[in-house]
Amino acid sequence: MAFLKLVNLEQRAGDKFLLRNINLEIEKSELFVIIGPTGSGKTTLLRLIDLLDHPSSGNIYIDGLNATALKGDPIDMRRKMAIVFQKPVVFNGTVFENIAYPLKMRGLKTKEIKPRVHSLLDTIGLSGYGRRKARTLSGGEAQRVALARAVIADPELLLLDEPTANLDPHSVKLIEEMVKAFNKSRGVTVVMATHDMQQGQRLASRAGVLMQGELVQVGNPAAIFQSPDSARVAGFVGMQNVYRGRIVASESGIASVQVDESVIDVVSDLEVGKAVDVFVRPEDVVLSLSGTTGSARNKLQGVITAIHITGPLSMVIVDCGLVLEVLVTGKSVEEMGLKMGLEIFCSFKAAAVKVLPVK
Amino acid sequence: MQELWEGLVQAVKLVVSLDPEVIEISVRSLYVSAAAILIAAAICIPVGGLINFHDFRGKRVLINVIQTFYSLPTVVVGLFVFLFISRAGPLGGMGLLFTPGAIILGQVILIMPILTGMTISALSGVDRSIRDTALGAGASQSQAIWTIIKEARFAVVGAVILGFGRAISEVGAAMMLGGNIRGFTRVLTTAISLYTQEGELVLSLALGIILIGIATVINVVVNILLQRY
Repeated sequence: MAFLKLVNLEQRAGDKFLLRNINLEIEKSELFVIIGPTGSGKTTLLRLIDLLDHPSSGNIYIDGLNATALKGDPIDMRRKMAIVFQKPVVFNGTVFENIAYPLKMRGLKTKEIKPRVHSLLDTIGLSGYGRRKARTLSGGEAQRVALARAVIADPELLLLDEPTANLDPHSVKLIEEMVKAFNKSRGVTVVMATHDMQQGQRLASRAGVLMQGELVQVGNPAAIFQSPDSARVAGFVGMQNVYRGRIVASESGIASVQVDESVIDVVSDLEVGKAVDVFVRPEDVVLSLSGTTGSARNKLQGVITAIHITGPLSMVIVDCGLVLEVLVTGKSVEEMGLKMGLEIFCSFKAAAVKVLPVK
Repeated sequence: MQELWEGLVQAVKLVVSLDPEVIEISVRSLYVSAAAILIAAAICIPVGGLINFHDFRGKRVLINVIQTFYSLPTVVVGLFVFLFISRAGPLGGMGLLFTPGAIILGQVILIMPILTGMTISALSGVDRSIRDTALGAGASQSQAIWTIIKEARFAVVGAVILGFGRAISEVGAAMMLGGNIRGFTRVLTTAISLYTQEGELVLSLALGIILIGIATVINVVVNILLQRY
């Protein structure tokens, strides 16, 4: 049975849907990532799960219990969980007092609290900081304190709302390692929101993409990255070369899609006349000076309008009627003598094009 | 000018030499106003918390009414309480009139609006994330409210000091409810008022200096304590 189960969860503010029709199951000890752009409803969803807000409709089951149906203050249920917010929040007090807070609220004695706080201070790399005022810490340090405070009472479910946004790379790495370690060693179920696709891939085996309040795709983060389900997911995961067109011909599994003035051949069984979104990954496009290379079904002639160098790779922008972004190595740019204004051929296989019908 | 200067010197002498009457009046003043602020704080801080943390119809109106009562005239409070505790009043049987207890009651009512109102504004100034963090960390509703009050302690203590200042410096209610009875209900303000009328300016000045001194000492001590914790 899933440890956390969300059923038809909805949250409205007036007429506006903040979350719509969320259905999700997360297993015990799983590390699940919710990926989505800013304002997509990630925080709203985590707040609902943590029972800080009440949903407009739908149910949240935690460990088999319907948490949304509980009467009064659901404190016992809340105490199974802990949350870390995007903006590091520390109470006006010492670092020790901050980390000890959840244990104090549960009525533990100082004698029991002390060793647990000190052991956690070591874990977060802040040993010796116990008596320091928490408000004097840097953002990264404060967020580590917030994470320590979240895990000290051994929650079964740890909710993290973009805990590494706006932090320095060192703190990001530390926090990611801590989250992974807590998840592994203590078996804590983790639900973490992030807008960073790569962070999602680093941490989780399963991710859900939340866009405009809807969970649009759930699966392995790498798989989502490779083959997004829709144009908006594709756009969000950083996929360039997304075009909307219409199937104009279809023969033995190969369809021709008209995009503006150009025609792209794709592998698809969709019928003629259907509106589709097509994606071509920049690394799947081959540039050639002559246009005679290989078996690729799609060959488009165009002019280079820009070359962006990013590390060892370069993004070449080619205007072929539709604008294609092509990823090549810096070495190729040099050897082929690529420069702005140069006429060039872009080719890619029909099988390299992902096709999705427009809903 | 000369008279004022001599008066000041004499007054300082009275204070330094621990004149029995001056001390007796000062201690009573402190006791009455301290009791009033303690009772008022015990009522108003939780009530302020309740009003701040709960949404209900008419909340805005209630807060406006409370703020209007900040400038409640002390004589009106005196009159109101007098009507209640005078022999013919509903609480007449308690024999409170012209006792220190009556002054305490009057001062409690006088400072309740300011203490409640300023507690509400102190708490509403605390970021919402503090409450969420407290609840998220497993605090009960009341533990979370207490955490927020602690976060706002500077402002809440500021409200308490202000309330104490209003209590110890008011004269109307103390005069009407205590009756300024020597050795029983005479406090600093009523004494100053009486001695000035009687032309005992030196004694009045001495008591005035003490009144300002008490306010200064309390402010300094509270500020030191707040900075330390």
